[in-house]
Amino acid sequence: MLRWIRQQLGFDPPHQSETRTVYIANRFPQRGHYIPQRFADNRIISSKYTIWNFVPKNLFEQFRRIANFYFLIIFLVQLMIDTPTSPVTSGLPLFFVITVTAIKQGYEDWLRHKADNEVNGAPVFVVRSGSLVQTRSKNIRVGDIVRVAKDETFPADLVLLSSDREEGTCHITTASLDGETNLKTHYAVPETATCQSVSRLETLQAVVECQQPEADLYRFVGRMTIKQHGEEIVRPLGPENLLLRGARLKNTKEIFGVAVYTGMESKMALNYKCKSQKRSAVEKSMNTFLIIYLGILLSEAVLSTILKYAWQAENKWDEPFYNEKTEQERNSSQILKFISDFLAFLVLYNFIIPISLYVTVEMQKFLGSFFIGWDLDLYHEETNQKAQVNTSDLNEELGQVEYVFTDKTGTLTENEMQFRECSINGTKYQEINGKLFPEGLTDDSPDGSAPGLGKEGELFLKAVSLCHTVQISYDQTDGPGDPFSHTNGLSSQMEYYASSPDEKALVEATKRMGVTFMGSKGEYMEIKICGKFEKYKLLHVLEFDADRRRMSVILRTPSGEKVLFTKGAESAILPYTKSGEIEKTRVHVDEFALKGLRTLVVAYRPFSEEEYKEVDRRIHEARTALQNREARLAEVFNFVEKDLVLLGATGVEDKLQDKVQDTIEALRLAGIKVWVLTGDKHETAVSVSLSCGHFHRTMNILELVQKKTDQECAEQLRRLCRRITEDHVIQHGLVVDGASLSLALRGHEKLFMEVCKNCSAVLCCRMAPLQKAKVVRLLKTSPEKPITLAIGDGANDVSMIQEAHVGIGIMGKEGRQAVRNSDYAIARFRFLAKLLLVHGHFYYIRIATLVQYFFYKNVCFITPQFLYQFFCLFSQQTLYDSVYLTLYNICFTSLPILVYSLFEQLVHPHILQSKPVLYRDISKNSMLSFKTFLYWTVLGFCHAFVFFFGSYILMGEDTSLMGNGQMFGNWTFGTLVFTVMVITVTLKLALETHFWTWMNHFVTWGSIAFYFIFSLFYGGIIWPFLHTQDMYFVFVQLLSSGSTWFAIIIIITTCLFPDVIKKVVYRHLQPTSTQKSQMEEDTVSVRSEYDIAESRNREEDNWQLLAASPRPAHHVTLPSPSLLSPTGASDAWTRCAASRRGRAAAHGWVSWWSE
Amino acid sequence: MKNEGEMANRPDNTAFTQQRLPAWQPVLSAGIVIPGFVLIGLAFIGIGVALFVTSQKIQVLETDYTGAEQGSPCYDCRDTSVPCVCRVNFSLSKLFEGPVFFYYGLSNYFQNYRQYGSSRDDDQLSGYTSAFTSPSETCAPYQYNSQKKPIVPCGSVANSMFNDSFKLYHVVNGQPRPVPLDGKGIAWWTDYNIKYRNPTVNGTLASAFADTVKPINWPRPAYDLDTTDPSNNGFQNQDFIVWMRRAALPNFRKLYRRITEGDYANGLPAGNYTLEITYNYPVLAFDGRKKVVFSNVSWMGGKNQFLGIAYLVIGSLCIVMSVVMLIVYAKYKFPEDEL
Repeated sequence: MLRWIRQQLGFDPPHQSETRTVYIANRFPQRGHYIPQRFADNRIISSKYTIWNFVPKNLFEQFRRIANFYFLIIFLVQLMIDTPTSPVTSGLPLFFVITVTAIKQGYEDWLRHKADNEVNGAPVFVVRSGSLVQTRSKNIRVGDIVRVAKDETFPADLVLLSSDREEGTCHITTASLDGETNLKTHYAVPETATCQSVSRLETLQAVVECQQPEADLYRFVGRMTIKQHGEEIVRPLGPENLLLRGARLKNTKEIFGVAVYTGMESKMALNYKCKSQKRSAVEKSMNTFLIIYLGILLSEAVLSTILKYAWQAENKWDEPFYNEKTEQERNSSQILKFISDFLAFLVLYNFIIPISLYVTVEMQKFLGSFFIGWDLDLYHEETNQKAQVNTSDLNEELGQVEYVFTDKTGTLTENEMQFRECSINGTKYQEINGKLFPEGLTDDSPDGSAPGLGKEGELFLKAVSLCHTVQISYDQTDGPGDPFSHTNGLSSQMEYYASSPDEKALVEATKRMGVTFMGSKGEYMEIKICGKFEKYKLLHVLEFDADRRRMSVILRTPSGEKVLFTKGAESAILPYTKSGEIEKTRVHVDEFALKGLRTLVVAYRPFSEEEYKEVDRRIHEARTALQNREARLAEVFNFVEKDLVLLGATGVEDKLQDKVQDTIEALRLAGIKVWVLTGDKHETAVSVSLSCGHFHRTMNILELVQKKTDQECAEQLRRLCRRITEDHVIQHGLVVDGASLSLALRGHEKLFMEVCKNCSAVLCCRMAPLQKAKVVRLLKTSPEKPITLAIGDGANDVSMIQEAHVGIGIMGKEGRQAVRNSDYAIARFRFLAKLLLVHGHFYYIRIATLVQYFFYKNVCFITPQFLYQFFCLFSQQTLYDSVYLTLYNICFTSLPILVYSLFEQLVHPHILQSKPVLYRDISKNSMLSFKTFLYWTVLGFCHAFVFFFGSYILMGEDTSLMGNGQMFGNWTFGTLVFTVMVITVTLKLALETHFWTWMNHFVTWGSIAFYFIFSLFYGGIIWPFLHTQDMYFVFVQLLSSGSTWFAIIIIITTCLFPDVIKKVVYRHLQPTSTQKSQMEEDTVSVRSEYDIAESRNREEDNWQLLAASPRPAHHVTLPSPSLLSPTGASDAWTRCAASRRGRAAAHGWVSWWSE
Repeated sequence: MKNEGEMANRPDNTAFTQQRLPAWQPVLSAGIVIPGFVLIGLAFIGIGVALFVTSQKIQVLETDYTGAEQGSPCYDCRDTSVPCVCRVNFSLSKLFEGPVFFYYGLSNYFQNYRQYGSSRDDDQLSGYTSAFTSPSETCAPYQYNSQKKPIVPCGSVANSMFNDSFKLYHVVNGQPRPVPLDGKGIAWWTDYNIKYRNPTVNGTLASAFADTVKPINWPRPAYDLDTTDPSNNGFQNQDFIVWMRRAALPNFRKLYRRITEGDYANGLPAGNYTLEITYNYPVLAFDGRKKVVFSNVSWMGGKNQFLGIAYLVIGSLCIVMSVVMLIVYAKYKFPEDEL
């Protein structure tokens, strides 16, 4: 029991032994002293709380926040000592804040519980006591035999026992785990493969021993001991025997497996990394500001305490006759008094730390993040996916991004390979509507049949449709997947699965052209050509490997000939060809590559009988070799793949996503550097980079590739550095490959950073997933500490998504792994522009003002109290009534800023998107710089001085302010200051507000009205449960004085007057580009709000605007000396003409470039 | 059009979700602000003049009677241990327009001291007899007297009630003629009629105070504060209520009487006056000062030049700034074609 507790608390590692022993179907040995091992149950728990521990755990977590803890301490101090305000004044806001946060967190956790319950409650079939029992997923125990049917996901990590196939294999996809969509074959141990029914499984006596759970998806070591006919058979188990939780069964009717890792110990759960908390730059500056304010608070308290004692040194002040002390007060120790006075001042001034700041920020983020999901512009109609927010903590960080790291495949591209062109025997063909047409010819040929493909064409198509490792899944509900049952209209239900999307695209293309790959069974591959079937016997597969960069198959044609088909990279095949249109094809391949197509070259080699015998023998020898198998195989392959006859080449397009070029251009204009990190090879990566506008043709492309040694790498880096400094006119682009990068990162980080910073575009190819994260970390930790954003769609991008400040997942084809680990998920790359330029901008300005304003309004609030101490002998007399103290932050001034921070827009979204430059205005956390912080703080102090001394002078002449000659007291004075303050603080925000929706009007004027109504009500009643009736009719008396009204007006005006002047002067003398575009918006008024609401096709509008915007970068590089020759006439004319001609020329340049 | 299921995720196309609620987007540009400032400036100057003139019309007569300096009328009364009466003479050269308000003022007197301010029991003052037997803790050291009897009204504020009294004589033909002083309506109506309540036990006020003692410094118990007017006793005593409303700042005035009756309803005519002061209240120990103030009021209260001046200053600043901005605007108006 004790050990169990310790395990639960995480003191003890839960497993002592190195391995776990799993008795299949939990048939424990009858004899011997067997102690069952303890395993986790199959429950997945992602929630943080249970009903029982919610309150204590949540409170504990909340009070770990320094601000909450601080207020707790203040509250306790108030409870303990005699302080000027009652504990309620800080207790109530604290309670409010804690409650709101708890409700939010509780709600989020409830959602997690719901998701967990869905997973844990999913029905599964388990073999128990001789029959198939339906139960819930969470009830699966280690050792249970689980049945999984086709297209179901595995509920736990299972060791495959048997499938409906005799050989005991099954196909699965692991898309949701690692993003690989191809089918993978897993195997059962032969001895168990026969147990295809429940009754057979009953008799199975076997034990699995395997390693303890670990996170690596591709590692599994174990063995199975099977008792059969009295003897024990031991079989090794590897990853190919293990079916991982989360993977999906495909193409196989059902399987049985024994659960070995369950619940939180399954590999999938172990891969759920606790997402480390990302904190935004705004939050960091917020904390800095808090500490500064804590400093102000402490120094004010210390100053007050010291002054109090300086004052009290004289007895006549310390204890005048009218204010005698009690005996106890006289006799208590000086030190104790000093400390308690200090604490009392601390309590008096504690509101300078804005208690509701955190909760308001949290609410703002939580509520504000809905706008991302709601945005129609971020909704992708084709896939019916809207943007998704996984963490609302980073909203404002979207407005601060300086580096974007993007994956290529699936992020910039659709990850949807499309066959485009091919070159057959020296003729270039294009695919149009499923037919091949020679280049130049369009599809106006009436018969629609492919003209003149000829014999080579057919051979080419056959080669393409046979030379691959594609598998077929038949989408049928009944019967085992038999690829040869042609009867049931297969073409529509047939689906190809391939480890390489290129192969899939090629096979699909040939299918469209009339050569359909029908599948393979055993040794035969079958294709259908123009309705008739041909069976090819598959003799050998020469697998693809990265060194050869080609793969081949050797087949026996129906007519009995033996032939080798091979396909691969051009550099891997062309040197080995002996005939065919080699030169023409080479040209075509280059042309394809320039278009950004992925190219493959196809060739064949017919064998004579003797040749084949020789080949067959050598291959067999190599395959069975016990030593040096790899090398010998390579040698044989090289021997076989030669003397090839070139058939042609294919060009497959990985279609670029829509508007990638515009998006990248917009990001660049916004001052964001875009890095493309890809696993692709150098040439493809560069060509895609060019086609998506990441690299320009005019860019000077620097290369750091294929550096094998440290020395080489450093040398090249130094060379690049020199080149950059030599010609700085041209923009530079850098290409790095993975190997060189790791060298560069290991020894020459500084040099590498130096080069990178001077490049406007960087392309890293051949990157391993971890390297991607490393690059991000390198940039993140560089001295400037730029804000990074990583965007990707695959499992290989997860590490980089988690590493970057902001991680964005693309909801692509490669599973949900990236989406799950991201902070935000969008459907397409192009949405990034709106996400950053519009939403990022909005969130940033909103939260920046929110934070500053909070500090400002609390300075305004507390400073008059501090000043008042100078006039009341530092006796800690509060200026305001305690109800006002309590409600100031949670009622009177809370809503306007919340609404502001939800709806404010400095510039119209269309303009933000069409002018990415505006993004630079807010970069580097500029709205929360120390200067602006100082401005707000000083402004707060100034306003506080004006409130206080304005009221002081008004009342300090100690004349009556009322028409009946009666006098006011101290509460009236405080209420006057408070009234002025509430109005000024609200109006100050009104001055800052640029986007007045009805809600802003409602809360702004409503807050002021509420203050008045509340005060009238509060002062209008003798409150039976309050001990003091200080405020009775104070407010009414205050307002019944004409002078007070005039005073309120003049004090408010005095406060806001300089602010207005400052704004106007700055706007006209040093307008920021944001302000300029506001003016423009104002004067030009591009379109009214209602027009936009009506325009249905909104996205297009945006992008037209974007496209129409001038590109400053192009203007700069204009070679225009010839345009500037003054030709007499007037200066003005010349300038005008020159600029007009310049602009025309610029347009010319733009169009030239885009070609 | 696609069917429902396929579009299930499509966000609503409403002005709210798409962040394009109709909104007023004011831009603080010179074009709006300059005329605005001119208007505000002119209005403020107008108001300022009116306030200033109103304030100037108000007459104020202030006399310090602390007696700190040798030769001043109340010098001999400094020692407050014995009752002492002193007289201050003054003369008016012209009619002091009525109604005249008669204030006493204290300076260097911290009614806003926290412990002092909280040293009272509002339950007592609201007339709850339960609070009579056990006054609030905050009243200490004036909670119980040395015989452990509860003090009503308890606390420092009540105990330190101002107890100088004044009589004003108009010297007509060498004969002092008392000016009638009206003690009604010097406290807030709500305080006098609602907030402060007298307890009644057995029909009399005095019996409610049985088993309690008067505040230590008081000459008479609360139910006997005003010997001339029985209805002005207990807590519902105007002078008491005025004192109990603590002043905000250490120099303050409190309304003592109004001169509204008889021949003086229209004001104090020109002539010589004698103020007879019963000097009881000690202030010299803490460098305090005592004074009396006669003042009349306008609709905006007593003499208060601050408001008028403030309006004039801010009004002119507005005008000046609008001129400055106009110059800036004309000179640096940013060319719009640059955009």
